Amino acid sequence: MKRATWIRTLVIVGFVLLLEALCRWGAIGRMTMIPPSAMAEHLWKLLQEGRYNGDIVQTLRNVLAAFVLAVVGGFVLGSLLHAWPRARRAVDPFLATYYAIPFFAFYPLLVVIFGLNAAPVILIGFLFGVVAMILNTLNGLDRIPPVLVKTARIAGLGPLRTALLVKLPSAAPQLFTGIKLAIAYSFIGVIAAEFIMSTSGLGYSIAYAFNNFDNRTMYALMLFIIVLVTVVNAFFHVWERRIMARRGL
Amino acid sequence: MRQALDSLGFVLVLLAIWQGLHWFAGDIAIASPLDTARRAAALLASDQFWPHFRETFAALGYALLIAVLGGLTIGLLLGLHRLSGEVAEPILVSLYSLPKITLYPLILLVFGLGMSAKVAFGAIHGIIPVAIFTLGAVRTIRPVYFRTARVMRLSTRQLVTGIVLPAAVPELVSGLRVGFALTLLGVLIGEMFASQRGLGYLVMNAIGTLDVPTMMAVVLLLAIVAVLVSAALLHLDRRLHQRAA
Repeated sequence: MKRATWIRTLVIVGFVLLLEALCRWGAIGRMTMIPPSAMAEHLWKLLQEGRYNGDIVQTLRNVLAAFVLAVVGGFVLGSLLHAWPRARRAVDPFLATYYAIPFFAFYPLLVVIFGLNAAPVILIGFLFGVVAMILNTLNGLDRIPPVLVKTARIAGLGPLRTALLVKLPSAAPQLFTGIKLAIAYSFIGVIAAEFIMSTSGLGYSIAYAFNNFDNRTMYALMLFIIVLVTVVNAFFHVWERRIMARRGL
Repeated sequence: MRQALDSLGFVLVLLAIWQGLHWFAGDIAIASPLDTARRAAALLASDQFWPHFRETFAALGYALLIAVLGGLTIGLLLGLHRLSGEVAEPILVSLYSLPKITLYPLILLVFGLGMSAKVAFGAIHGIIPVAIFTLGAVRTIRPVYFRTARVMRLSTRQLVTGIVLPAAVPELVSGLRVGFALTLLGVLIGEMFASQRGLGYLVMNAIGTLDVPTMMAVVLLLAIVAVLVSAALLHLDRRLHQRAA
């Protein structure tokens, strides 16, 4: 392992141990935070009892749905915009400022329209992720070297085979960046939506535990989400590194 | 010119879709664009609206100040020391993609309900992108500048104010743009959960009374302010990057 990786592991372990010590010695009050070991212990118990399995499955299903919609929708919209430059120039200012709009404020509106079910939650996750995918699809398609497309034409490839054999592999790194952002944003959107207003899911369970002063459950579920999201993001990060390394980037 | 017209056309398409949705879903779910604009004008003229507006943007201002100063300091320190940067960057990136809403209860327990919790929550959203962009900017400064600084025997303070900061400014503005958007999002989410004041609270309150026009008017006003600020920053961003290139 590299030296930086070692130090990083030490820093993280040290931070967790510091939190543990501060909580145990009472520098951080019991009502504010429980020691990390207690969080892990309680989480293990909750998982064994299976009390929150339904919420976990539901949140994961919503994230997956939002993620797939964002990636497919973003890729299709991005490709269409790339093929139609005039439309692209027209929407460009909106794409650039899209993430400034706190469209999370639209969530209550979506609840009014669709009702208090999974649809508005998935839609918010989708809205968070789709524009990152559109922007990265455009970026990837822009960077295809013209010489590759010309070569494909000389080799007599049709449009479909050009897309599959030349364009897609060539744009893959940027597409992957889009996919990576889409999964992170889907998680953020879905869990935040559940937290603010819903009747089930992990985000809701944390808000519910908070409102009922059930700190142990709250911190156990927080730990679960942090670990889960970090592992998923790290998985995509490593995968991306592999793709980049294979291309000598 | 043609592009501006096309963009205007896109706005009209959006408005048409909005009106269509209104006809399709009815008054209870979606207010028409005209009704929303009328309600927005009424809100702007009313006395009840402005305290909420001030509350949200005061929280945003403080949070942004903390995010920029904190992010700048972290980014500079990590950028100037190579090993620390390598150690910290993956941690920053994974913090960036964490759903920070899960940490909101912790912040409420530490700061209590009110302004300071909102500011803290907004600041943790904004500080990470500013730090990541600053770190990247400092790291990509051409080595010859640092060598020149050493030849000229500049002190660390002179190095930072004379070389590092000016070279990092374009990227800093990019970071500020992302930071602004996320900080606003953080403040609003903070107001939507367990808060009694601010625009986020107004939205949640409006849904409680099923007052759809007010809800949409507040969201519309927020979106307009956010887009204007972001467009100004984007403009500055592009100008600075062009000058640097």
